[in-house]
Amino acid sequence: MHQYLYLIPALPLLGFVVLSVAGRHLHKTVIAWTGAGTVCASALITIVLGIEFFRNAPASGAYTQVLWRWFSAGRLSVPVSLAVDALTLVFIFVITFIGALIHIYSTAFMRKDRDYARFFASMNLFVCSMLLLVMADNLVLLYLGWEGVGLCSYLLIGFWYETPANCHAANKAFYITRIGDTAMIIGLFLLFRELGTLHIPSILEQAPKHFETGDTTITLIALLLLAGGMGKSAQLPLQTWLPDAMAGPSPVSALIHAATMVTAGVYLIARMHTLFTLSPVSMSTVAVIGAITLFVAGCSAMVQTDIKRILAYSTISQIGYMFLALGVGAWGAAIFHFFTHAFFKALLFLAAGAVIEALHHEHNIFKMGGLKNSMRVVFLTFLAGAASLAALPLVTAGFFSKDPILWYAWSAENGNTFLWILAIAGAFITAFYSTRLMLVVFWGERKTPVGERTGKWMTAPLIILAIASVAAGWIEWPHNLIHFTLLSDHLQQVLPAVVLKQDLPSEFIFQGIAVLVTFAGLYTGYVLYYSNKTILEGWRRSAAMQAVRSFLLKGWEFDALYNTLFVQPFLFVTRINKKDVFDRLYTGIAQANININRLLSLTQNGSLRWYIAGVLLGILFIITMQLL
Amino acid sequence: MNLLFYISSFVAVAATILAITRFHPVHALLYLVVSFLAAALIFLSLGSPFIAVMEVIVYAGAIIVLFIFVVMMLNLGKDTALQEKNWLRPKVWIGPSLLVLILLVEMIVLLLTAEDTAMHVTVVDPRNVSLALFGEYIIALELAGFLLMAGIVGAAHIGKQKKKQLHRFLQAEVMESV
Amino acid sequence: MPPFNVHTVLIVSAILFVLGLVGVLTRKNVIFMLISVEIMLNAAGLAFVAAGARWQQPDGQVMFLFILAMAAAEVSIGLALVLQIYHQNRSLDVGNITALKDEPLHEEV
Repeated sequence: MHQYLYLIPALPLLGFVVLSVAGRHLHKTVIAWTGAGTVCASALITIVLGIEFFRNAPASGAYTQVLWRWFSAGRLSVPVSLAVDALTLVFIFVITFIGALIHIYSTAFMRKDRDYARFFASMNLFVCSMLLLVMADNLVLLYLGWEGVGLCSYLLIGFWYETPANCHAANKAFYITRIGDTAMIIGLFLLFRELGTLHIPSILEQAPKHFETGDTTITLIALLLLAGGMGKSAQLPLQTWLPDAMAGPSPVSALIHAATMVTAGVYLIARMHTLFTLSPVSMSTVAVIGAITLFVAGCSAMVQTDIKRILAYSTISQIGYMFLALGVGAWGAAIFHFFTHAFFKALLFLAAGAVIEALHHEHNIFKMGGLKNSMRVVFLTFLAGAASLAALPLVTAGFFSKDPILWYAWSAENGNTFLWILAIAGAFITAFYSTRLMLVVFWGERKTPVGERTGKWMTAPLIILAIASVAAGWIEWPHNLIHFTLLSDHLQQVLPAVVLKQDLPSEFIFQGIAVLVTFAGLYTGYVLYYSNKTILEGWRRSAAMQAVRSFLLKGWEFDALYNTLFVQPFLFVTRINKKDVFDRLYTGIAQANININRLLSLTQNGSLRWYIAGVLLGILFIITMQLL
Repeated sequence: MNLLFYISSFVAVAATILAITRFHPVHALLYLVVSFLAAALIFLSLGSPFIAVMEVIVYAGAIIVLFIFVVMMLNLGKDTALQEKNWLRPKVWIGPSLLVLILLVEMIVLLLTAEDTAMHVTVVDPRNVSLALFGEYIIALELAGFLLMAGIVGAAHIGKQKKKQLHRFLQAEVMESV
Repeated sequence: MPPFNVHTVLIVSAILFVLGLVGVLTRKNVIFMLISVEIMLNAAGLAFVAAGARWQQPDGQVMFLFILAMAAAEVSIGLALVLQIYHQNRSLDVGNITALKDEPLHEEV
């Protein structure tokens, strides 16, 4: 089976090539079959591969396939080679499976769009890049996938490029992730200088021998890689691009948030876990960034009015949880949360897309309402997704994955109370805004008439994802309840187990607190937005609350901050340098040449006698030199 | 022989000065013939009778005749002389003459600083000249043949009397200006 | 009369050459310029013959023959050009023949 590994990224690539070359001339049905079919085929191959992997895992822990040598220079030889171990398998399963569902959904969702082929070509390339990223067994190939993902996000966020705001959002996503990418490639250079290889297994093997724990170089490398991850995964302080990235079509948002792109940072850190373990400083940095991000983004999510921006901030927040888990060394928990989050976030975005489509492109949740009965299927699936986001105990996948993170935030060796409090506060906020979203959109009186019904090609993926959002958590139970840990059994081949503190109190206490906090969040949301709306009315009249609300609505004013810190000084410098000093140098050379040319042109006056006089002067000069 | 050299040198210089200062083209050409004949005598005194003969035939004969034909064809007469008189004013010729004088002084100084030897005039007869010409210089002779050929063709082409001819670049300019 | 030296001959040829040069520089009429050029060529030939005579070798005379051929070709072309110039300009003033004048650049950077 593993000799067909290359097909997994190659099929979407094939789809991309076909659609970008011939898409203009194909019928929409053919385009849909090509676009969605290639990704579905990849998903099928992945499932077969996964079954084989679980039945009969390879001795080395990974399937590898070397395709060809890409390039070599000096000591560096870079092959195009793929490797699939348990960690990669989780990622490619999520990417291809959820990617396939999103593609199927898009065939109906984008049906009326003019650029149907361009959409599917970009989506296929997106999936292909992300697959390359996670399947690469050397960092150069990984970086290729990394940049490919960045490129496709740019193409898809700016998909409706006629609106300037969309192009602006696409540019913003590209620029900000580029900051992280630059840091990351510097990290790769450092890594190559130190270890002389970019082959991931070799790096993981050599790093502990080469570096001492807490070495400055390894800390620097880890922090640079982290910066790359922060850019792609929209963590503080590089998170500002993600809410604006909602400019793209809803399936694109689903793909970016669930399966591809934003989880690349999580993958990178999990994949390079040895380097991070060697540097306690960078581990703490990861954890603190994750914790602060989840809180900051959660607060912003509470007050947003655009349905997709709420989901965007919630993604930042949920990825903050994953970073927190990575930072405290709970690698498995982070990957598990990625796994469940992918299902419910894809579901929420696709359902939100259906709602927006049905309400004639209405994004404001306060202009929705009362959709509970008119959009039955969407309502039920959205409910499953939101419940999972809010981590409703035992019945949703979100609970199973978030609960270990909350526990490890305190109990792991790197964990402490500060991280735990932020995580618990985040849990409260998440439950609150999930409730708010559900109540405002689906209950209350109807404000916008519902358009056409959602078609079966759109509802089928929603139903599958809704089932997964509920059931995906059951593959891994908290070990104090039922000892069933399918995921971590396999992941432990790749990722080390979490190191716990000594003399811990019972885990039940923490689970109890988490459950209570979740229900408190639900209740607060219920009170504020359903049973007792007068409180909210009171806040609306208070100037202080309005200031807080507007501050949070603008995402803690990070855009304004960056504007003052970076954009304005830059513009100031450019204004000073309006008459480009350095260009002066070059235009000066050109101007001098032109002047000399003018001078010499004067001698070229067409007069024969003048030329002869020139010759005579030359002879005189030469003979005088002879005499001297 | 020595006397012959000195006299003919004097005549050559004097005739040349007159040739370049005359206003009337035909006068100038006549002095030029004198200069060439004097030069032929210098060649004779240097022991090169063949060259002396060639000087008389080709320079004083053929080339001067060509000039005279052109002067006749263009009917350059008193008008031209008058025009030349107007053009040749002291302020026109003093500057170049001074420069050239400096050049002459420099050349003479250069010559005099080098070692000098007396001339032992021996006649080198045409036989030796033609042996060298058709022996070691045969390729140069062929090339000279090419040159003359090109000269004939070129002269025939350029000298053709046609209506006003302009190069194609200049034609475009004229079209624009019109 | 004293026997003459090599330098004497060369000085004579230098004087003739310089006179030709003065002619080229001062005259404005194309025909006079051509005449002056002939004088210069003749002077150069004289220098060659003198050098050949100094060593009693025929090479100097051979060079003079080449100069002769060159002069003949040059004069025939030159006079043909004079005819054309006269036909086109109705004047033999070299001051009028300035078609090769350079047009200075006008672009700004």
